[in-house]
Amino acid sequence: MKKTFAALAALAIAASTVPASADLMIPNLSYRTGPYAAGGIPYADGFNDYFTLLNERDGGIGGEKVVITECETAYNTEKGVECYEATKGNGALVYNPLSTGITYQLIPKVAADGIPLYTPGYGRTSAANGKVFEWVFNYPANYWDAASVAVKYLLEQNGGSLDGKKIALVYHNSAYGKEPIRTLTELSKKHGFTLVEVPVDHPGQEQKSQWLQIRRDKPDYVVMWGWGVMNAVAIQEAANINYPMENFIGVWWSGSENDVMPAGEGANGYKSLAMHGTGMAYPVYDDLRKFVIDAGKASGAGDQVGSVLYSRGMYAALVISEAIRKAQEIHGTAAITAAQLRDGFEALEITEARMAELGLPNFGQPFAASCEDHGGPGAAMIQQWDAASKTWSLKTGFIAPDDEVLVPLVMEDSGAFAAENNIAERCN
Amino acid sequence: MLYREAGDFKTSYGADSQTFPIRFDRMRYYAVLALAFGVVPFLINDYWANAVFVPFLIYAIAAIGLNILTGYCGQVSLGTGGFMAVGAYACYKLMTAFPEVSILIHVLLAGGVTAVVGVLFGLPSLRIKGFYLAVATLAAQFFLVWLFNKVPWFYNYSASGQITAPERTIFGIAVTGATTPAWAKYLFCLVLLFVLAWVARNLTRGAIGRKWMAIRDMDIAAEIIGVNPLTTKLSAFAVSSFFIGVAGALFFSVYLGAVEVGEAFGIQKSFLVLFMIIIGGLGSIFGSFAGAAFLVLLPVFLKNVLVGQLGWPTDLAAHIELMIVGGLIILFLIAEPHGLNQLWRVAKEKLRLWPFPH
Amino acid sequence: MPDTFWFALEVTLNGLMAGVMYALVALGFVLIFKASGIFNYAQGVLALFAALTLVGIMEGQVPFSHLINAVFGTSLHHIGFKVPALLAILLTAGVMVILAVLVERYILKHLVNQEPIILFMATIGLAYFLEGLGDVMWGADIKTLDVGLPKGISDTIEATTYDLFGYGFFIDKLDIVAALVAALLVTTLTLFSQYSKQGRALRAVADDHQAALSVGISLRFIWVLVWSIAGIVALVAGIMWGSKSGVQFSLSLIALKALPVLMLGGFTSIPGAIVGGLIIGMGEKLFEFFIGPLVGGATENWFAYVLALVFLVFRPQGLFGERIIERV
Repeated sequence: MKKTFAALAALAIAASTVPASADLMIPNLSYRTGPYAAGGIPYADGFNDYFTLLNERDGGIGGEKVVITECETAYNTEKGVECYEATKGNGALVYNPLSTGITYQLIPKVAADGIPLYTPGYGRTSAANGKVFEWVFNYPANYWDAASVAVKYLLEQNGGSLDGKKIALVYHNSAYGKEPIRTLTELSKKHGFTLVEVPVDHPGQEQKSQWLQIRRDKPDYVVMWGWGVMNAVAIQEAANINYPMENFIGVWWSGSENDVMPAGEGANGYKSLAMHGTGMAYPVYDDLRKFVIDAGKASGAGDQVGSVLYSRGMYAALVISEAIRKAQEIHGTAAITAAQLRDGFEALEITEARMAELGLPNFGQPFAASCEDHGGPGAAMIQQWDAASKTWSLKTGFIAPDDEVLVPLVMEDSGAFAAENNIAERCN
Repeated sequence: MLYREAGDFKTSYGADSQTFPIRFDRMRYYAVLALAFGVVPFLINDYWANAVFVPFLIYAIAAIGLNILTGYCGQVSLGTGGFMAVGAYACYKLMTAFPEVSILIHVLLAGGVTAVVGVLFGLPSLRIKGFYLAVATLAAQFFLVWLFNKVPWFYNYSASGQITAPERTIFGIAVTGATTPAWAKYLFCLVLLFVLAWVARNLTRGAIGRKWMAIRDMDIAAEIIGVNPLTTKLSAFAVSSFFIGVAGALFFSVYLGAVEVGEAFGIQKSFLVLFMIIIGGLGSIFGSFAGAAFLVLLPVFLKNVLVGQLGWPTDLAAHIELMIVGGLIILFLIAEPHGLNQLWRVAKEKLRLWPFPH
Repeated sequence: MPDTFWFALEVTLNGLMAGVMYALVALGFVLIFKASGIFNYAQGVLALFAALTLVGIMEGQVPFSHLINAVFGTSLHHIGFKVPALLAILLTAGVMVILAVLVERYILKHLVNQEPIILFMATIGLAYFLEGLGDVMWGADIKTLDVGLPKGISDTIEATTYDLFGYGFFIDKLDIVAALVAALLVTTLTLFSQYSKQGRALRAVADDHQAALSVGISLRFIWVLVWSIAGIVALVAGIMWGSKSGVQFSLSLIALKALPVLMLGGFTSIPGAIVGGLIIGMGEKLFEFFIGPLVGGATENWFAYVLALVFLVFRPQGLFGERIIERV
């Protein structure tokens, strides 16, 4: 056994030590297998394709080519750790694991290793407090923002008052799904609605009792925090019990084509939050088609282009590339390090004019980060599914969250983390 | 020739009943120990520690634990993930409640807590047997995971229900937390594994181990010759759960640093550890090591070859990796149903005779 | 409160319906266990594999397209036409039979007379293999399965019950179809095993391998037969569950829902699988409704097992299992 082990070891060493080059190395901790593959595939494709576009069209960022190293995590924390350790030695600049579980794991590690962690719309919400979380960025919006925006939208729908209304939260029974509970509890106190919590266990293939409960309780609105197959089943069951779809709102991770398509006609009218626009009607797709897709360089099967999660992966890549540009500008060098990139993230400002210049006008919200603020403004839009034309359409503009409720929550949670881990506040 | 017992004469009962009666085995054992304690810590880096060695050591502890229950006492359990979660959460609660006490004590206490829980869930084994018991232990698996997910006290009321290991030191060197040096993690787990494996080896050779095996081979016959099934089965559950609890505590505090119960200690973990002991060999301490090494190394190795060397797309590589792992498991069972341990034994037999065929 | 009563009744009915869905998966386990003593963990993955194949054929996907494209740099995806549902189901059944032949030839044949746990592990290996194979063949993205089964609330039942009791019952049309299919399946299987030659051979093998061999029944043929039937049962389960949630990886996890059903009903009894399914489905739904809210919900996963465990303590061989006789 010793011998085979030595042979294995020799091979694995040979395999794991890819020579570090001067290029910009960005690991893509993706998942194209396992229970959440349906969400992981389009996101990873969008992420890769945008960097391919930059390489093909502009010759990289500031003259440096971007090298994407994809590593399969299968949404599994152990594989995530393996991927992190395998890639961090090769000059990895930033991590974006698309998994709240892996994010929690990496937060202490990236701080120790000095590599930024970018988690747009997921991960640890209180990382928005840059005073405590030096290496983590989660702008433009996070879970608690989402919860607040959903409630604000409902307030608007009801003429400013939710008094006496009943809102059910159907959530994935995991760290991810539990995130909004605290915020919604606070908001229910403030606005006088009743919150009913309805947990769904992983993977959520069978939700009959949850939806029978909703059928009995007849909540005015249902808010959903789901991921993977849970979304599709929930939408199907909601359609089955004839729940009015326009009163059913999912978080942005419950609002992709994968989630509504299996329910067919029944999903018509389902709403979800959106932190960015979707569809192919943006100028950037002309270039993408020309340089990436038609050139046969698209990531994966190339059949995900323009879908919601593809757009989100592309958006994440865009923000990272802008942060790289910013870091290059600050430090006056094209070949930046991970620590320099952190400065880029912290000084990043993306305006609407810049988004238009990048070929994505009216796609995402403008934001500016600072030493204290790693969370961005947190606004989101509401989109609605049209089953006949199979498209999402935006119903509102960006709605800002209720910072009056959120800021104390973020401070409390990040404060607890700082105390547990003896972190001194920065930015003073 | 190469591996021989001739000329190895014993002059006392003590010498005759030692763990490795053959000189060559003893030497090899000392050599492995010297390598593990004296060489590896100086060479290890973060990747090797976190991707290979630390998971291997921890899974080896869990595999030894399960092997005591399943391999030696014949009670098939699919509750390993749940029991590991008990160890992890007990360790977390102890670490945060008594920060001044050494982490080593917390890890062992976590094992103790798991042993108590294990005995509790072992009670049905007195009545239920075989696959029915295996499925019954799944009740423990699902219930424990649900419990840790649902009761906020277990995760100190944190917003998302994740538990994160704070930094703890031994002799002033961090062994948990993000700043832990690779060698410290490795050595901490290695010392525990070494001690526990030693204990397990000697337990299974002694009176209690013989009782376990008697129950495994035929419980009614064992009962007739005076083995008490109650104490025997429950002691197997207790000892096994202690090991698994320690493994769970290490898995959380040293290896991952932050866990979410459903994801880290789900049903897959139970199956994985069961795999390890079957591939390694039921009823064998060496088999537990071999099985753990096989199943920790193989995926890492395949991934590095398929993605790193051959440059395949990661998703294709992951799917093919599944096929290869599945295929290899079947192949192994067909070629050698009694596991790597049996292969090792056959190899030794061959070496003993070499270069003669018979 | 009469409303609570009607509601409990509604939950019970829906629990029974869910139980039928569990029983569909459990049936496959029972068939194989009865004929060969193998606890076939791969049954869930078989359902996934069957459903994937069905969707793939219906959509006219090129199998292994991803692998072929990666190796040869082509971009094959679809053969360009769709196959009607019925034909696709027949073709998939054919694939499942081929799979059964391969499983027998390359795995079971070599594992004759091994201990049950070894056989169990072999099926877990098979589960891994099939999971990888399914993904390589058809891709890992979520797929919509629509073979034309009705879905959604049955308005007639709701309206009728509302007229009768003043409380409209919710029954999913898909569940009704599933119940009918399950009834049909069990009847066919019973008729087959009672009256056909192969069926009688099957029962003989289940009774005593060696005696069956000595009267000239081919064990290998019986194994192919029983794995084919299990494959087709898996296809049915795959269609039912896949129509509900789309076809993707999590479909294989329904095996975990079938295990408590098996425990309760006994590993060797077909009626046991059905009755066990009904009890588990009803029990877990009622518990989730009336006790669940008190303890925080999401109890279904473990409650099914605890319920089965309680039954087992009183009847260690399951409700309909063969009596365990122990001799020294």
